[in-house]
Amino acid sequence: MNTGGYNFAYLDEQTKRMLRRTILKAVAIPGYQVPFGDREMPMPHGWGTGGIQVTAAIIGPDDVLKVIDQGADDTTNAVSIRKFFAKTAGVATTTRTEDATIVQTRHRIPEKPLHEGQILVYQVPIPEPLRWLEPRETETRKMHALSEYGIMHVRLYEDIATHGRIATSYDYPVQVNDRYMMRPSPIPKFDNPKMDMNPALQLFGAGREKRIYAVPPYTKVKSLDFDDYPFEVQSWDQSCALCGAGDSFLDEIITSDRGDRMFVCSDSDYCQDRQAARSKEAAE
Amino acid sequence: MSAVDQPLLRVESLTRYFGARAACRDVSFDLWPGEVMGVVGESGSGKTTLLNCLSARLRPDAGRVLYQTRHEGVVDIYDLREAERRLLMRTDWGLVHQNPRDGLRMGVSAGANIGERLMAVGARHYGEIRDAASAWLGRVEIDLSRIDDRPRAFSGGMQQRLQIARNLVTAPRIVFMDEPTGGLDVSVQARLLDLLRELVRELHLSVVIVTHDLAVVRLLAHRLLVMRQGEVVEAGLTDQVLDDPQHPYTQLLVSSVLQA
Amino acid sequence: MNELALEVGGLAKRFRLHTQGGVEIEVFRDLDLAVRAGECVALHGPSGCGKSTLLRALYANYAVDAGSIRVRHAKGWADMARAEPRAILDVRRRTMGYVSQFLRVIPRVPALEIVAEPLRQRGIAAEEAHSRAGAMLARLNVPERLWGLAPATFSGGEQQRVNIARGFIAEMPILLLDEPTAALDAANRAVVADLILERKRAGTAIVGIFHDAEIRAQVCDRLFEIAPFKVAA
Repeated sequence: MNTGGYNFAYLDEQTKRMLRRTILKAVAIPGYQVPFGDREMPMPHGWGTGGIQVTAAIIGPDDVLKVIDQGADDTTNAVSIRKFFAKTAGVATTTRTEDATIVQTRHRIPEKPLHEGQILVYQVPIPEPLRWLEPRETETRKMHALSEYGIMHVRLYEDIATHGRIATSYDYPVQVNDRYMMRPSPIPKFDNPKMDMNPALQLFGAGREKRIYAVPPYTKVKSLDFDDYPFEVQSWDQSCALCGAGDSFLDEIITSDRGDRMFVCSDSDYCQDRQAARSKEAAE
Repeated sequence: MSAVDQPLLRVESLTRYFGARAACRDVSFDLWPGEVMGVVGESGSGKTTLLNCLSARLRPDAGRVLYQTRHEGVVDIYDLREAERRLLMRTDWGLVHQNPRDGLRMGVSAGANIGERLMAVGARHYGEIRDAASAWLGRVEIDLSRIDDRPRAFSGGMQQRLQIARNLVTAPRIVFMDEPTGGLDVSVQARLLDLLRELVRELHLSVVIVTHDLAVVRLLAHRLLVMRQGEVVEAGLTDQVLDDPQHPYTQLLVSSVLQA
Repeated sequence: MNELALEVGGLAKRFRLHTQGGVEIEVFRDLDLAVRAGECVALHGPSGCGKSTLLRALYANYAVDAGSIRVRHAKGWADMARAEPRAILDVRRRTMGYVSQFLRVIPRVPALEIVAEPLRQRGIAAEEAHSRAGAMLARLNVPERLWGLAPATFSGGEQQRVNIARGFIAEMPILLLDEPTAALDAANRAVVADLILERKRAGTAIVGIFHDAEIRAQVCDRLFEIAPFKVAA
């Protein structure tokens, strides 16, 4: 296989072994943030180096990789990462969710249900859910160890007090397997229910913060809420302007200087599949 | 003997060194339900070290702090697992800091400050948490319209009252206070003391209050420990210690205060 | 004869003034005193002989060096010279009242509240405590407009009457009175005399300092001399 002179998947074998040990530990303790030795990557932090290192550690020559950014396969970041692995690991890539064995993602979970054997790798900017209230790392670690999560609800309380509802809509905190509090990375809370009892393995990599955590297949993931303010996902009055979907996460796109706008699926693969099916129907 | 006839807190020969120096040496006393104990002494006398040891925040080098739990008998708080100890601190015990910044979350609203301890012990009903926060704001004489304001926008006296409400919301049995009136104007102090007196009586609270202000302990404390260089030099009924001090240091302390 | 309410035996008190070169002032020694229920004893002797000191010692406001102060309390006896602070406070709450010469004003607390406090401490509901406090203040001619105010700004006489109201309201079995009528006019002195006689009839044992000879003659059964020669003896 031609990997352009790089070691397979860029990282050296020692580093990948270290990462795999970290990932195994993370899988063994769902939701727990395991520290790892972050390596210099050929792109800056903030470009998904955490997710890339995780993917590099788990990818094999037979894997099929899909990379999305905000749900789309065709954005710069997604294209670059896909090319990176095509070059350094020589693996096949795809934009089709169901064909991929590994999906690396920034800010979305695909609309199409994942299946057993697939791995979803999240790029995580800030892994610590308690950080907003507690700046001391020693204290947050202790709070995790002792399951002291009451302050997470303080944040939801503030939301309701200020907005009359839980206004947090991204990176909405979850409790994994009734134990660890976890940040799902900045996915919309629309995607939170997909994490719960998902057949796929979910891995989270934070490069700058040097943490990896995981949600194994079929693991309970509960979004925090109050009894009288239950967890709710976003909904839209509109359907997708391109495919007509009424059940997907929509992006608002400004189409002219006059402020014209349209709503379209954020998941480009999902949208294209539906458009193809529609034109096929129309043709028949 | 029933639990009613037992001290809530029994302190035995508590000693804590910093290096070679004993910040607090061989301190023993019992604290009974509903009792307010004042600890007075000048800066560096060891009273804050003692308070930290009592409130489970500083492990003593020797001695024990025995606490009569609600259901599980007497425990040495430093024998408890950390999770249990921290749970006690959030439920049965309160801690009022001299500087409200140390005891409040300045970045969240007054209501959330009060509600936090409830949420920490499992309250998951927003309406009920908010009702409890409102009720406590009322009890500490803070206008209800301030419930969504952050404590930054409060005066020093209000911040201190908010800190007290935040502690009392889980109906603790013991409250530790470190110079709660320090840094407040005299008129504001009076209001706070009056409020504390009222709450202590109504809630049958046990309190350990550390202060260098003898007027504060005269108003609040049933009993007094006078500390000097890490040791208790005199202990007894508050008015007896203040009006008929026996130890040379206590006599000096009392005679140094301007009579108002 | 009524039963003993207060029995003092072998009491000794001296002050050691460490801040003034360790000067020792002996106030009394080997002092014995017994007071029966319904009896009023006036402490007597020249100024500075230790009348107030004895009264304060009985209340455990001053420590004593030797002897006992036995008080009939809660179906038994308590020794104010030796009891634990919380036992002393219990005696003060339920058995022994003390009317000092001056009211120790608590900032911000209104007169009515100050008077009601001894009842509240015993667990009597606020409403009843307040209504009884009001009745007592009215009896002592403290105008109702003052009840809701903190007594810091009251006249000496008004403060003294708040103090007396507070001392008498709880109807303690033992009362210690330090010149209760010093700052009062004739009409209010008469009210206080009535209050004392009323308490005596109810069986309260009273120990007091009365400079006013007329009141003393009216309420006291006997004098108890605290003479300097006690020290010499």
